[in-house]
Amino acid sequence: MVASGLSEPHLLAQIGAVARRSVIRTIRQRGLLVFPILFPLILFAINGSALSAATKIPGFPPVSYRAFLLAVPFMQGALFVAVTAGVDLARDIESGFFNRLAMTPVRPSAMLAGQMGGPLLVAAIQSVIYLIVGIATGVGIASGVGGALVLLALSVLIAFGFAGVGTLLALRFGSGEAVQAMFPLLFVTLFLSSSSLPRNLLKVSWFHFVATYNPASYLIEGIRSLVISGWDARALALGFGFALAILVLTIGLSSLAMKNRLQRS
Amino acid sequence: MSAAPAIEVENLVREFKKGPRAVDGIDLAVEPGEIYGFLGPNGAGKSTTVLMLTTLLPPTSGRASVGGYDIVRDGAHVRASIGAALQEAALDAILTGREHLMLQGTLQGIPRSDRARRTQELLNRVGLSEAADRRVGGYSGGMKRRLDLALALVHEPRILFLDEPTTGLDLQSRTALWAEVDRLAHEDGITVFLTTQYLEEADALADRVGIIDHGHIVAEDTPENLKAEIGYPTVEVLPADVSLGDGFASALEGFGKLVRGDDGSIAVQLPGGEAQLAEVVRALDAAGLHVASLHLHQPSLDDVFLAKTGRKLEGSSDEAEEPVEAPSRRGRRGRRGR
Repeated sequence: MVASGLSEPHLLAQIGAVARRSVIRTIRQRGLLVFPILFPLILFAINGSALSAATKIPGFPPVSYRAFLLAVPFMQGALFVAVTAGVDLARDIESGFFNRLAMTPVRPSAMLAGQMGGPLLVAAIQSVIYLIVGIATGVGIASGVGGALVLLALSVLIAFGFAGVGTLLALRFGSGEAVQAMFPLLFVTLFLSSSSLPRNLLKVSWFHFVATYNPASYLIEGIRSLVISGWDARALALGFGFALAILVLTIGLSSLAMKNRLQRS
Repeated sequence: MSAAPAIEVENLVREFKKGPRAVDGIDLAVEPGEIYGFLGPNGAGKSTTVLMLTTLLPPTSGRASVGGYDIVRDGAHVRASIGAALQEAALDAILTGREHLMLQGTLQGIPRSDRARRTQELLNRVGLSEAADRRVGGYSGGMKRRLDLALALVHEPRILFLDEPTTGLDLQSRTALWAEVDRLAHEDGITVFLTTQYLEEADALADRVGIIDHGHIVAEDTPENLKAEIGYPTVEVLPADVSLGDGFASALEGFGKLVRGDDGSIAVQLPGGEAQLAEVVRALDAAGLHVASLHLHQPSLDDVFLAKTGRKLEGSSDEAEEPVEAPSRRGRRGRRGR
């Protein structure tokens, strides 16, 4: 329902308007771009050098440790995207800007999709930069140019799903601090995966168990397979499968939370 | 007035978990084109009422209609009929004023061809044309409030909710906003529901005032009637020679209970109203007393609030002393033919 004389705003127009704002905010706050890109690259440089001896462990794939590690910055970047998406929305709720939008005929789906505009832009830019840095430091992409494009698609998909986590927390708690508090938890989840070593080399039984049931392992291994193995259908199916499952779950729950938050009478 | 009320509220209640009733069974009706001042201290229930009437918060019980639509059953129609500038201008510091208006215009369904024109029109109207392409983070409090008002007007609503629109503004910004609100109501015919904790704001702007305290409406009428209901004007006399204070007291004691000021002045309420001022002058003249100054004080909404709630409104004393030039009540009443 819109005011008399006005047309019912089209869903795509609403998504476009909200997304445009989100992208403008991202572009104008360069800090939001720089830190998520820089931090994973610093860790990549440190760990890639300090842990390079890991390649000598029997059973380690016959590639450089840097090539093995390249998947991790994509995941860390996705974590930053989750926090950025969540904090941005939580700030809108805290400041009352969310209520301002809620007073318009905007649809919950348009709000949700539009809010993802900026975080997805960050995800796309940082993924391209991680890939370029990886190649520039001598990492070859075993799956070729096509594989590099699939890698970018998978990493953006993962970031999209993670952004859903941040959005869900923001909608649930309405607090930027609550969203930021989740970051260490997600970071530990990433650590308790096959991020540093292949799963078959994780000899501590509980660690191996956790890493096996940790979806982050399959996301990392999906990206990693494109870098070090070529086209590995199983790894890609699991990577895309888990990424899609996380996306569907988090966006689905976020949609419900958005509807509740926008529960205007 | 014969038209249906623009806002009609019956026994509206809002309870929060583990808290008192923020709004406890209020009734009110606002006529089309009227400025209704909703006056009360912090925590009285003003903003909760506005959130319910703007459909952002469901009521616990009771009913209300806005623009003829039920706030629970016809939320979308209500939102289409209203504009709202809620407490604390909720703006995005990163966006420019123009970007805010364009975003709002798109979400309100204003056709692309009209959006830029409407945006410029509103920027001109609230005096933000020059600052339109600057980020809102650099705006002053008054500019933010003006932009907030423009955003509420994007879709040309019939009813406007303003939740403490001038809180924190300097005198000049407040006066400018008052003039604009007055114009919206009395030239454009927009119904304005205005919450405020400033007595003189309600006094200057509102056609009628509802005083809310602890979730209850404790008084409702025109500012003039409210003031007339609770008190009489007071005349305050400062003797030319303060040592003759007892003589002044003798001359004035027939009018009522005297109150002596620290500066030697003597004040007395006039039960007969302003007309008794002449009698006061004659009484002093007959006693051969000379006055340095003589002031007649009308009762204020502060007196009304005190009488109805037993306490003064927070911050009201500071505000009441500011010599604010408000839009002329008499002038605008004349325009409306009241």
